[in-house]
Amino acid sequence: MATYLDFEEPLKELEDQIVKTKEIGVDTEVDMADKIGELEKKLKSKTKEIFSGLTPWQRVQLSRHPDRPYTMEYIEGVTDGEFQELHGDRNVKDDKAMVGGFGLLDGETVMFIGQQKGVNTKMRQFRNFGMPNPEGYRKALRLMKMAEKFNKPIVTFIDTPGAFPGLEAEERGQGEAIARNIYEMMRLKVPVICIIIGEGASGGALGIGVGDKVVMMENTWYSVISPESCSSILWRSWEYKEKAAEALKLTSTNMKKLGIVDDIIKEPSNGAHRDHTGAIKNVKKAIKSYLTELKDSKPEDRIEARIEAFSNRGVWK
Amino acid sequence: MSWFKRSKEGITTSTKEKKETPEGLWEKCSNCKTIFAADDLAKNAYVCDRCNHHERIGSREYFEILFDEGKFKELDKDLTSGDPLKFEDTKKYTDRVKATQSKSGLTDAIRTAKGKLAGETLVIAAMDFAFIGGSMGSVMGEKIARAIDEAIKSKCPFMIISKSGGARMMEAGLSLMQMAKVSGKLGQLSEAKLPYVSFLTDPTTGGVTASFAMLGDLNIAEPDALIAFAGPRVVRETIGRDLPDGFQKSEFVLEHGFLDYIVERADLKKTLALSLKMFKN
Ligand SMILES: [Zn+2]
Repeated sequence: MATYLDFEEPLKELEDQIVKTKEIGVDTEVDMADKIGELEKKLKSKTKEIFSGLTPWQRVQLSRHPDRPYTMEYIEGVTDGEFQELHGDRNVKDDKAMVGGFGLLDGETVMFIGQQKGVNTKMRQFRNFGMPNPEGYRKALRLMKMAEKFNKPIVTFIDTPGAFPGLEAEERGQGEAIARNIYEMMRLKVPVICIIIGEGASGGALGIGVGDKVVMMENTWYSVISPESCSSILWRSWEYKEKAAEALKLTSTNMKKLGIVDDIIKEPSNGAHRDHTGAIKNVKKAIKSYLTELKDSKPEDRIEARIEAFSNRGVWK
Repeated sequence: MSWFKRSKEGITTSTKEKKETPEGLWEKCSNCKTIFAADDLAKNAYVCDRCNHHERIGSREYFEILFDEGKFKELDKDLTSGDPLKFEDTKKYTDRVKATQSKSGLTDAIRTAKGKLAGETLVIAAMDFAFIGGSMGSVMGEKIARAIDEAIKSKCPFMIISKSGGARMMEAGLSLMQMAKVSGKLGQLSEAKLPYVSFLTDPTTGGVTASFAMLGDLNIAEPDALIAFAGPRVVRETIGRDLPDGFQKSEFVLEHGFLDYIVERADLKKTLALSLKMFKN
């Protein structure tokens, strides 16, 4: 069953009305086409109204919507199922919160990597809620280096509430694992595209987030801390998450304006969570156009431009 | 979280404290509480004679300890932060910065300088925890980036002395980008085959640990320093039980393979000089 956030409730009501009206039409054999058309028009305008006036906190809520497509679904979607998952960091284990492997994008091999959240309660545990351990970052790096060796472009899907803050994660060097990835990604010789498809929380996101193109889907967030944690630290209370979401300027529009991300991938009018096919189509189109743009440049020029782009991110006087 | 006050600040201590220490300035070890004359502590590199506790010190003290005759040229001294997000929590970010600047006499949480260590040129970037918890924002990223450029230009080694709670929340996404920015620059330093020494001191956590602090050709640390990605409180909450003794301390991090060595502050200069000599000879 679909989940509706509080601000989406008016849409649910209209959708329910449409279903009911259709049922009445069938039951009574009365032509309800006009009535249905009217309701659908209403639904469309209400959708537009709600989604054009989203607050930053509402976008954070959407980014975590349980009905949103996750990394694997995007990979399966854009490759039309021509994808082979590759496992393990060759050292400690296979981290289920990070997935990756080669896939065919309209016949061209691409290395896909991303954090994976679980689709139900059991899988959410299995995927550790999309919070990788150091092994996840090291698996990602292993796959990126392999892609580099065979001259294949890399696409990462970012969707994490953060790198896992556990005891073993600390013992095995969570900080070092993320640091190494950032360092190495900056110097990869192949094109790298990073797409925030849900939550982009801090170092855990950046650990697979350095590339030639860093882009956000419309209803996602990317920042140095979650609004909840920011609220608890700066306001010393969990009550200020809405305010924190605003202050952090973490939405796609704000992040683009600040020059931290290069582009925004539009979502279907009612959000990626209501129209997976539409969302996947937009993502595929975006990946293809970035790859076309990047493929003819020389590796050393790409690396220089990458370093330059990140060097320009900051404000001082 | 207290550290020894500098003697300059000592002049302004309250009358009450002055009464208690009529002969001038006294300081208390923040670990074992032994009282020392401030001058003696400075001479001992701010390490407690009795319990070997390394007090938190700042860029000024480290420059004094490391650079020959305490002489150095400070780089990009006047760089200060903007307020790109117009950030406001219970306070305006701009007010917070101003207040911290006047209180600490610093412009931001890092100072960069070029000087000589045992006769050899070296660029050092040293953090000040007194400035919003040593937090990393745009200024820190830019100052480190420029310091690396200076090291490349001067063909000399580079050192970062980390002491930071992590990224500066009030610059949000931009703070996060500093991790990548500095890492990109370190790649260029590496290509120039110039050594990078990352010196981790108490505390080094969050985004600093998850980027340049862990990327040294040498990762070295002071004894008993907290070195972590997620802080102990967060880890404790995650696992729901008490943490083992010494968890996330230098000795623990060394044991798990992320540090080359731990060095007492008293031996820092000569140990570092030897390391740098080995890279060179
Ligand atoms: Zn002591």
